[in-house]
Amino acid sequence: MTLQEIQEEIISEFDVFDDWMDKYEYIIDLGKELPIIDPLKKTDDRLIEGCQSKVWLDATVVDGKMQFTADSDAIITKGIIGLLIRVMNEQSPEAVATADLFFIQKIGLQEHLSPTRSNGLIGMVKKLKMSALQALNA
Amino acid sequence: MYLCTMMADETKKAFNVRAIREQFPALSQKIYNKNLIYFDNGATSQKPAMVLDAINQYYSKDNANIHRGVHFMSQHATTEYETARKTIQHYIHAKSSDEIIFTKGTTDGINLIASSYGELLTEGDEILITAMEHHSNIVPWQMLCQRKKLTLKVAPINLKGELITEEFDRLLTDKTKLVSVTHISNTLGTINPIAEIVKKAHAVGAKVVVDGAQSIQHMAIDVQALDCDFFVFSGHKVFGPTGIGVLYGKEALLEKMPPYQGGGDMIAKVTFERTTYNELPFKFEAGTPHIAGGICLGKAFEFLNGLDLQAIQTYEKEITEYAQDLLDTFEDLSIIGEAKHKTSVVSFSIKGIHPFDIGTLLDKQGIAVRTGHHCTQPLMDFFKIPGTIRASFAFYNTKEEIDTFIEAVDRSMNLLK
Repeated sequence: MTLQEIQEEIISEFDVFDDWMDKYEYIIDLGKELPIIDPLKKTDDRLIEGCQSKVWLDATVVDGKMQFTADSDAIITKGIIGLLIRVMNEQSPEAVATADLFFIQKIGLQEHLSPTRSNGLIGMVKKLKMSALQALNA
Repeated sequence: MYLCTMMADETKKAFNVRAIREQFPALSQKIYNKNLIYFDNGATSQKPAMVLDAINQYYSKDNANIHRGVHFMSQHATTEYETARKTIQHYIHAKSSDEIIFTKGTTDGINLIASSYGELLTEGDEILITAMEHHSNIVPWQMLCQRKKLTLKVAPINLKGELITEEFDRLLTDKTKLVSVTHISNTLGTINPIAEIVKKAHAVGAKVVVDGAQSIQHMAIDVQALDCDFFVFSGHKVFGPTGIGVLYGKEALLEKMPPYQGGGDMIAKVTFERTTYNELPFKFEAGTPHIAGGICLGKAFEFLNGLDLQAIQTYEKEITEYAQDLLDTFEDLSIIGEAKHKTSVVSFSIKGIHPFDIGTLLDKQGIAVRTGHHCTQPLMDFFKIPGTIRASFAFYNTKEEIDTFIEAVDRSMNLLK
């Protein structure tokens, strides 16, 4: 699936929720399923420190495709990371580096990626894209 | 005398939370389709219609620059601004309106003192703060200490969140020139014994700065009874506009202090060779001030003058204890800050759950609380937690709101487990 198709799929999954708490219950469940970063890789160079919650991200390239694992100390942040990784995983470095993450706004989670939210997610998206750029230049 | 007191009391409106809420338009809105429950009063307060009307009146009719204009509007705006200064003077019981300096807020006030009074300090002098201070009452002193080679001492607190008196007494020496302490902790709600601290500090010749950001809206303030040398607060936390605040300083001290910033309004005469400075309070108010802010902050205090402060204090203590008692019934939930004397703030953390998650879920249920370190990182380090969830109350909050909040905390915890 392309990055575009996965985003469309997520949007339609979220369409069923008309209550915010149901939506967040789903995000929390996603957080529990996140491909967790190897604890040994939870090092400072993989840490994105937000004012409120912390995010660790590891990026590798396998057979020309990006592979991400991550973790956070807050479970809602983890759920949103889970969504971001689902979109970006197994994609080419080019696709990740130039990704337009329109699904975030469509499913009403844009507040989590606003600069004032300070949960490390903005930094994480930057790092996802940077790692793809590095892979391109390698 | 008795009759006068009785009449004065009768003119004050009886404390009625329903009637008070009607005066705060922001409180009757819906957030995510739920009735707003605003428990972030420690960060900022909502504004009564009286203040909102005054803002509108100022910009739609009275707008003019003050202090120098010969025309009607300028004189009218000047009178309003200076009347506000007097209203505030009377509210906090300052001796003179010359002791009321308008600032941008608490942070600005502390920086003014650190910059200006700091000039009078010399190498080796000590400044004493406490372990429960807001970053605003830490960083300006660190910067001053670096600049002037002074030493910053920190008086520790106990696990209940109270200042340890013996330790404070030990750190207060004849080297201490300034003690800067919060009246009420923004994170813990602890009320510090200011009058006692002032007495001890004065005994060793130190001056005292009181950070009143969290007390001005919750209790009657009498700077002369406290005998503090400086008292600073923000307008927006006491039902006034943002961008305006007050620094109270004893006149004799303010006279001794050099100006903070140079510019218009703060001068008596300027030549290229030499400038003489204006008298108090204008010496510390360079440039066109926040005129609307000052006038409308005056209105906020007029609003408070119409209420029974003693009744408010009792009511706020009652709802704070009500919330704390209910939160205490949750397993795995710890109240952070259990001082004997505390008010209006309940901070808590939940085992295995990040404050950010609870804050996000409460928001989606229409409840505004603050999560994180509350600009008191050293305090979080002391309690060994990343942050807390903080509910902070004002007199317009109700027990029914607290009941809804408790149900929402319960629902959120169940989702997150």
